Amino acid sequence: MTRSSHQLWHFHGGLKLDSHKSMSTGSPIVKAKLPAKLTLPVQQHIGEAGQLRVKVGDKVLKGQIIAECPEYVSAPVHAPSSGTIIDINELPAPHPSGLNTLCVVLETDGEDKWIEHQPNKHPNTKSPAELRQLIRKAGIVGLGGAAFPTAVKVNATNANTANHAHIETLIINGAECEPYISCDDMLMREFAEELISGCSIIQYIVSATHCLIAIEDNKPHAIAALKDVLKEQNLHTIEVVTIPTIYPTGGEKQLIKVLTHKEVPSDGLPSDIGLLVQNVGTAVAVHNAIILGEPLISRIVTITGEGVKQPQNMDVLIGTPLSELIEQSGGYHADASKLIMGGPMMGFTLQTDNVPVIKGCNCLLVENTPPEIPATMPCIRCGDCASVCPAQLLPQQLFWMASSKNFDLVQDYHLFDCIECGCCSQVCPSQIPLVQYYRFAKTEIWNQERERIKSDHARNRHNFRQARLDKEKQERAEKLRKKKELLEKKKQAEAAAKASGSGSEVDPKKAAIEAAMKRVQEKKAAQRAENKKPTDTAAANSAASDEKNDEK
Amino acid sequence: MQFKTVTSPHIAQQNSVQTLMYKVLLAMIPGTIAMIYFFGWGVLINIIIASVAALSAEALMLWIRQRPIKPYITDGSALLTAALLALALPQLAPWWLTVIGTLFAIVIAKHLYGGLGFNPFNPAMVGYVVVIISFPKEMTQWVPPLLDNYTQLTFSETLAIIFGANLPPALTWDAVTMATPLDTVKTQLGLELSIHEIENHKVYGPMFGSVGGFGWEWINALFLAGGLYLAIKKVIDWRIPAGIIVALLVLSNTFALYDYASFTPPTFHLFSGGIMLAAFFIATDPITAATTTKGRWLYGMGIGVFIFIIRTWGSYPDGIAFAIILMNMAVPLLDYYTMPRAFGHSWTEFPHHHKVDDDE
Repeated sequence: MTRSSHQLWHFHGGLKLDSHKSMSTGSPIVKAKLPAKLTLPVQQHIGEAGQLRVKVGDKVLKGQIIAECPEYVSAPVHAPSSGTIIDINELPAPHPSGLNTLCVVLETDGEDKWIEHQPNKHPNTKSPAELRQLIRKAGIVGLGGAAFPTAVKVNATNANTANHAHIETLIINGAECEPYISCDDMLMREFAEELISGCSIIQYIVSATHCLIAIEDNKPHAIAALKDVLKEQNLHTIEVVTIPTIYPTGGEKQLIKVLTHKEVPSDGLPSDIGLLVQNVGTAVAVHNAIILGEPLISRIVTITGEGVKQPQNMDVLIGTPLSELIEQSGGYHADASKLIMGGPMMGFTLQTDNVPVIKGCNCLLVENTPPEIPATMPCIRCGDCASVCPAQLLPQQLFWMASSKNFDLVQDYHLFDCIECGCCSQVCPSQIPLVQYYRFAKTEIWNQERERIKSDHARNRHNFRQARLDKEKQERAEKLRKKKELLEKKKQAEAAAKASGSGSEVDPKKAAIEAAMKRVQEKKAAQRAENKKPTDTAAANSAASDEKNDEK
Repeated sequence: MQFKTVTSPHIAQQNSVQTLMYKVLLAMIPGTIAMIYFFGWGVLINIIIASVAALSAEALMLWIRQRPIKPYITDGSALLTAALLALALPQLAPWWLTVIGTLFAIVIAKHLYGGLGFNPFNPAMVGYVVVIISFPKEMTQWVPPLLDNYTQLTFSETLAIIFGANLPPALTWDAVTMATPLDTVKTQLGLELSIHEIENHKVYGPMFGSVGGFGWEWINALFLAGGLYLAIKKVIDWRIPAGIIVALLVLSNTFALYDYASFTPPTFHLFSGGIMLAAFFIATDPITAATTTKGRWLYGMGIGVFIFIIRTWGSYPDGIAFAIILMNMAVPLLDYYTMPRAFGHSWTEFPHHHKVDDDE
């Protein structure tokens, strides 16, 4: 059926890592028990936080909106089960910062009663815009981990021109390149039909002519399952492509390079080169949202690692405490020492398992290696970091610049093209935590940028105010002079009238010329004064509206 | 349950500076054994003297600089510097010469620049240059490689010469030392002998083996083997030795074809002196070498070119140390102008010129 071989390319660098995936793929996906309490952070996505639509004491149904936001880049949060809102408070959520965030706590009633929802058996009868709206309402975000609102992504626009972009190819990312994680693998095995359906819907929305489902060659079961469905349904526009297992092939830009040889421009988006990449989990969520009318209230989570007794994949309601998932996976081994959300390369460690599953949580990894930071040695300039960097950067130079806080130069060396994949840290013989330095530099630069915008703002405002005051002063002076002139003219006229009365003749032509020349001179003087004013008119214009607002 | 938090990645690292250094030392063993075989106990004694001096100097400098002693003294870098320098010195060099070279390498070329990772020049080569400029006479005390009509010194005789400059009775310096093949070629070419005449000379002829200097060809072959092991294991970047060999091969071949009577053949260049040791073990020191892919090619080729120039027209028989130090100087420039194109960027937007802030 599908072409057996799709030409593939390589991205620079990358690593071959031990996959450790079979640890959690031995048993089918288990449905996690309905927890007594669900904790729902209102911000689980990139973009604006949702505004609350419930209050403490409210009874909610499964699928009811808890929080939503009118902003374009945002996604609503729904109740994953029916019950009562018992608390709205700042609570711990899974975030690298370890800080608390606004959460809604839902006490489940065990009935799991759905709110009325509308299945759409034939999505092709709806317009792409309508389908995008449904995706948006379903609160779908990228389930690969980044959690970017899907409705925004499928409304592909050009990064620079903001024009609608033409999508040639839809890429479905089933690479799952990080070790240990297997939720996408299991999802592809068990929800192959739903996945293909989701692909078709997205393909229809963005009017992509074909769709590639890219899967690393260490997932033969998933590949076979999807190929079977495609064969059964006789679909020719969707193709399963087996790609080599190299970390980080699952990175959006790397995957695009492998499949198409194209490079997403540094300041651009895949849509700029006619591509759209979606995670397999997201495609299934799209199927659920459109065909079943169900919002995103659950996801597959891998619970794995040497520190947990029964590694497995679970179908989990958003908001379920991680501790319950660990408990249902046999609990911790005595030597469990590190709790990681995400994979071992890019995941972040958690202080406690008393935090909920959120939409972007693909894996909970429990390690038994001591979390001690190894003693670092100085950089010996071996260059191994550069040879594995998939962004083709010079990690070593970035490290020198970041550690000497040379934030201008570090940007010239393309710090912001770093995807924080961790390859450089992984191979560094001096055991330098390189990625940590890049994160530090990025954060510092963002802070500086914020400060700069603030001070620019203040300066512009000041300049504008100064310009306005000058202008007012000048206008006043002008008015005064005009008054004086008028007065003088009057006097002259009176004098002339008196003179003509006495018989001497004044040429009216001559008087008119004199008056005209005077006017020209005045105009020139005014122009000269104008030119001397050192204000930046552009800055003044941009600051004008700000000042107005401020002075209200 | 409470857990400690650390930053990603979370997979235990396999690699360490120590492992790299010891792998390099390990790969030097076959070539070193060949050197001991052909040149006698002096090779081993020099290595021991240099190692003791290097480790003592390293410990002292770490203590003075208030750095942790254990991780640095065990990282193998001082030992490697000592071994490289010792192999480059003549076998009968007096002990104090070895000590001075080593101290200069560790104290001045390494620690005064900031220690491991911060030295711009290869410490072993700096030590070598210091002694070859300061003590030219002692630097000629090379032992003849297992030749029939020369006396083979015993271990205790060698020890006595190195530590007390006491020659065994009835022996002169001429009987125990001899110019190296590279030195001989240089001197005799100066005396207007042709390469062919030198190679078939009654006195000098036996110094030449089938491809390079007698004994030297085996030593180089074994260092080459060790170097290939390192390149395959990715401990060193193969581009540096490849650059050196390619440049040397092209230049020596061109000149030998042009005038085979006055220019030694490429095989002689590659299998005499310390070429393979330098190409695979010294020039590949990552700290002092270029770091980019293209930069490493250019760095290697630059060394090859300088070696050929100094060997052919310079006043020293072998120019490896000078060639390496000269190219060490060029490293910042090479790194700067050979930066790779970053993913998603075009070749034209190099970070070659740092934009000056326009704000005020």
